[in-house]
Amino acid sequence: MTAFSVAYKNLKRKPIRSLLTIFGVAVAVAVLISLIGFDRGYQKSLTADIDKMGYQLLVTAKGCPYEAATMMLKGGGGLRYMEQKVYDQIRTDERVDMITPQLVSTVYDPDRQDGAGGFALFMGIEDSYLKLKPWSTLKAGSWFSTPDANEVIMGYEAAEVEQRLVGDEIYIPRYDKILKVVGIFERSGTQDDGIIFLPLKTAQQIFELPNKLTGIGIKLKDIRQMGTFQEDLYDVPSIQIISLAQVRGTILNLVSSAKLMANSIAVIAVFIAVIGVVNTILMSVFERTQEIGIMKAIGASKLKVFKLIWIETMLLCTFGGIFGGILAVLASRLVEAILKSLLPYTPDGRLVLINIQLLIAALIGAVVLGIISGVYPAWRASSMRPVEAIRRSE
Amino acid sequence: MNDFVIKTNKLSKTYKLCAEEIHAVNEVDLDISAGDFVAIMGPSGSGKTTLLDMLGCLDRTSNGSLEVLGNDISKASENKLADIRRGKIGLVFQDFSLIPSLTALENVELAQYFAGQKRDRKKAHDILDAVSLGKRINHLPKQLSGGEKQRVAIARALITQPQILIADEPTGHLDTVNAKEIFDLFSELNEKSGLTIILATHNQKLGSLAKRQIFIQDGKLVN
Repeated sequence: MTAFSVAYKNLKRKPIRSLLTIFGVAVAVAVLISLIGFDRGYQKSLTADIDKMGYQLLVTAKGCPYEAATMMLKGGGGLRYMEQKVYDQIRTDERVDMITPQLVSTVYDPDRQDGAGGFALFMGIEDSYLKLKPWSTLKAGSWFSTPDANEVIMGYEAAEVEQRLVGDEIYIPRYDKILKVVGIFERSGTQDDGIIFLPLKTAQQIFELPNKLTGIGIKLKDIRQMGTFQEDLYDVPSIQIISLAQVRGTILNLVSSAKLMANSIAVIAVFIAVIGVVNTILMSVFERTQEIGIMKAIGASKLKVFKLIWIETMLLCTFGGIFGGILAVLASRLVEAILKSLLPYTPDGRLVLINIQLLIAALIGAVVLGIISGVYPAWRASSMRPVEAIRRSE
Repeated sequence: MNDFVIKTNKLSKTYKLCAEEIHAVNEVDLDISAGDFVAIMGPSGSGKTTLLDMLGCLDRTSNGSLEVLGNDISKASENKLADIRRGKIGLVFQDFSLIPSLTALENVELAQYFAGQKRDRKKAHDILDAVSLGKRINHLPKQLSGGEKQRVAIARALITQPQILIADEPTGHLDTVNAKEIFDLFSELNEKSGLTIILATHNQKLGSLAKRQIFIQDGKLVN
C-alpha cells in the first residue's frame, strides 16, 4: 500500500472525469509541443532553404523588400527588372567570389494540371548558377549546348508535372515557342525542383526582356566584408541588395504575427487545462469530504492527506503530459499541413521539429503544472477537521 | 495510581445555533478503566456521538476536563488530538466508512500506512482472518455485505493495536443476526485481549451484553 496506489485507484473511481481531465492536459501539452517544435523546425528549415540558395546576397530591382524576399526563395512574384549592366559592374568587384545573373518569368499555361491551368516558372541562368550550387546535379541529360540554345533543363518536380523526359519538347504558349528538354535535375528539396531553367540569353529573347535581369546572386570571398560591400552598392541607382540574414529576418517577421496568435492560444489552452485540473480535483475532494475525514480520523496526518491529493493531481498531469507528447508526435504532419495552408511562406523540410528533449521538457512542464494545480485542492483537503468532515456528509 | 484510560470531569460540549446555546454534552463525569467494555446508550440526539467524538479525540471540548491515556486533551490542539488518536485509538463508524476503491486488505493496510507503521501484509491478513474475512480480503467494499464491511472496519481499527476501541452505532446499519455477530466479536476482543471498548448504541438488548452500561439523555448521564 503506497500513496501512489491509493491516489491511482481514487482516479479510477471516476474514469470518464479523469480521462477528460487528462485529455484537456494532453491537448494543452500537444499544442505547446507543436508550437515550440514549429518555432524550431521553421527556423531550421528556413535556414537550410536559404543555405541551399548558394549565395549570400541578392541584388534586385528596387521595390518592396517582401517581394524581393519571396522572389529570392520562390523565384517569382512581383517581378521588377534591372539592367544587365549592373551585373557587369558588380562582377568586376574584387570582393566577389561567385556571381550569377537570373531572369525569372512566369507564364500561364491553360493546359497545365490536366487542363485546370497554372503558372509555369522559368528562370534564365548562366553556367555560373551551377558553380554557386555545386550540389545540384543532373539526373538525366546534359547542360545547355550553347549560351543561347533553345533548350531547357527542368527541375525534378517540374519534369514530373509536365511529364517530360530528356529529348522531349516543351511549349511556351504565350510566346508560341518550342524548346527542347536537354536535362533534368536531381531532386534538391528546394524551390529549384519546380523551375524550368533555360539559358539567360534565350530567356531574355523569348520573354522580350533584352539586357534585363530580375536578380543577381552573389557570394563573397570573405563574409566579413558583407557590410561594406552592401554599403558600396547603395550608390548604384534603382537596385536594392538584401542579405540572407535580412531575408531570414523578413520571413520570420512575416510569420511572427501567426506565431503570436498561436502562442496566445497555447497560453489559453494551458490556463484552461490548469483550471480543469484544479476543478476536477476540488470536486473530487468535496465529494470525498467524509472519506477524507475518515482518513484523518484513523490516523492520516495533514501531510499525508496533502500528499495523497497532490499525487492525484500530478498523476493526472503526468498522464496528460505523456499522452500530449504522443498526440503531438502523431499530429505533427497534420499541424504542418495546417500551418502550410495558413502561413505566407513555408520553407521545405519539416516545419514541426519534435525531439526527445522537447518531449521530456514538456513532460517535466506537465508535472510542474500538476504540482502547482494540486496545491490548493490538497491544502483544502488537508485542512479539514475530521469531525466536521465526517458529520458534514451525514 | 489508577488504571483509568479515560477520565472526565464536568465534560461539556456546547454549540451555538444563532443566539441559542445547545448543550450537546453537559457536565459529564466518567471514568473508564483499561479492559472495560462500555455501552453508551440513549435515544437519538441524546449526545452519544458528541461524547464519543470527544472521547475518541476527534473533537475538542468546550468545558470541563478530559484525560485520555494520561493526556489532558481539554485544551489540546488539532495536531495534538491527531497524535493521541494515531495508533492508540481505533475508531469504527456506523456506515463502515471504507474507501470504496480499495480492497478489504488494502483498507486495513491503509490504516497502517496512516499510522506511520511498517507495512505488514501478513498482520493485515491475520486480522481479517480473525474477523472471519480471510477469504474475502481481495473484495471491494461493494462486493461485501453490511456485516462484512463492518468486520473490515473493525479489522482496520485493530491493525494499529490500539489501546481503546471506540465504535459509534456499529450495528446501526445491520440486521439482527449480523448485529449480534458484530457485538459478539467486540465481546470476544474484550475478553481475549483485554481491549478497552466503548460503543454507542440505541439497541438496549445489545447494549446489555456489554460489561457496563451508561445512559445519556439530553447530554447528561442518567442513572
